[in-house]
Amino acid sequence: MTRKLNLRIWRGDSTDGGLKDVVVDVNEGEVVLDVIHRVQATQMGDLAVRWNCKAGKCGSCSMEINGKPRLACMTQVASFDEDETITITPLRAFPIIKDLVTDVSFNYKKAMEIPAYEHPTDLAPGAARMEQVDVERSQEFRKCIECFLCQNTCHVIRDHEENKKSFAGPRFFIRIAELDMHPLDRIKNRKRTAQEEHGLGMCNITKCCTEVCPEHIKITDNAIIPMKERVVDIKYDPARMFSGLLRREKRD
Amino acid sequence: MSGVFSPTRAKIKERTLRTDKWWLEPAITFGVLFSFVIYATFRAFEGANYFVEPLISPFYSPCLSEACVEGSKLFGWAPVSAQVLGFALSPALIILIFPLGFRMTCYYYRKAYYRAFWLSPPACAVAEPHTKYTGETRAPLILQNAHRWFFYAGLVFNVFLTYDAVLAFKNNDGQWGHMSVGTLVLVASSSLLWFYSLSCHTCRHTVGGRLKHFSKHPVRYKLWSVVSVLNTKHQQFAWFSLAAVAFADIYVRQVATGAWTNFYFF
Repeated sequence: MTRKLNLRIWRGDSTDGGLKDVVVDVNEGEVVLDVIHRVQATQMGDLAVRWNCKAGKCGSCSMEINGKPRLACMTQVASFDEDETITITPLRAFPIIKDLVTDVSFNYKKAMEIPAYEHPTDLAPGAARMEQVDVERSQEFRKCIECFLCQNTCHVIRDHEENKKSFAGPRFFIRIAELDMHPLDRIKNRKRTAQEEHGLGMCNITKCCTEVCPEHIKITDNAIIPMKERVVDIKYDPARMFSGLLRREKRD
Repeated sequence: MSGVFSPTRAKIKERTLRTDKWWLEPAITFGVLFSFVIYATFRAFEGANYFVEPLISPFYSPCLSEACVEGSKLFGWAPVSAQVLGFALSPALIILIFPLGFRMTCYYYRKAYYRAFWLSPPACAVAEPHTKYTGETRAPLILQNAHRWFFYAGLVFNVFLTYDAVLAFKNNDGQWGHMSVGTLVLVASSSLLWFYSLSCHTCRHTVGGRLKHFSKHPVRYKLWSVVSVLNTKHQQFAWFSLAAVAFADIYVRQVATGAWTNFYFF
């Protein structure tokens, strides 16, 4: 069944822009990305929108729908009231390029700042064997599709542009956690660099990253808080300092 | 202009375009926590109506002051003077820093009060009012890292409060084998405190979370798995235990003042 849908779509670029009203047909079962494509095909031929898989697996169509960071391809139109006007804007934490497309290169720069996995020198490539229980914990983090909704909603950078220099963001905290929890990774100072170089201490655990993650990764509970606890182990735990464990950990 | 109003970002004048009731959760959190703080402050300074045989309020246990009423002292022990620097000190003020510190530094409560009290942020994708933000990297918020120490202290307190719950199986005359409404109240309160402590993120880390090789430590992995299940309910345990402790204190106070009668089942 086809009906009319009221949309407000942000149009503009880095110089100026605003919300434009549009009425578009919508069919049963369609998602927001479908109606954006219909608007593009019928009314706004030059509307810029980034998309790819339409299946919630590529992370391209991240935008803000009624103010909430979401994937357009995974947001059912039926989840809104029929008489509701749906407002669609680009991600508000990143520089605008055009319409619904933002420059997310900040995230790629942060990715490059994190050292990759280092394989043990005494273990030939292909010779590594891991138990399932050791793999499971980091498998959750490997579900990340790099939609950057967590980065976009994190108030540390969303509300404070100046923090982008010193804060990697939740997506990269799960990367650091994944590597620090890896039984074979040779790099031992990931806890310290997470705190001192990647801004882990700036996170105040408000869990917005977890709330918006389309892959339902428990970013805060399973990555950020465990990393904060590991930082406590090496920096703020007097018992471990007194017992010499701190020194032993450094030697590792 | 910073944050969502930075010059490079899409020019949208609204601080948020959310249309749902995003303000409701922080408003409720503020109301409940603020009410608890007011009540707990009043009770901590009241210094009376915290003990009636065999019940003691969790706000005053362990009672370590010379000022503690007869029968309420922990094994009759009173290491702290009734007066400190010339001021009469309520027995609750000596100990409340520990449970208070545990909750203040708790990872769940941090989320709750950063949102509800400090509006940092008030809700997801709702711009916060602060112009600067350094998170938990500087004093005083760097002290949140002391959570582990309050966790250990909290476990000790749980032992004392469980002991109080066991003592509540006595009757007014000190005879064992009885149970009253007060017994149930203290058992519920101490049990929920155990669930709150054992579901804590620090507990999860301590029992096994810090390991890199789960497969080399099967017992700790099992413990970590159990605590991880509890941890998913940490928020609920935080609220239920807070409510239970507050109600236990209210109950003991009402019985101590004679407003309520502690009904005995047997």
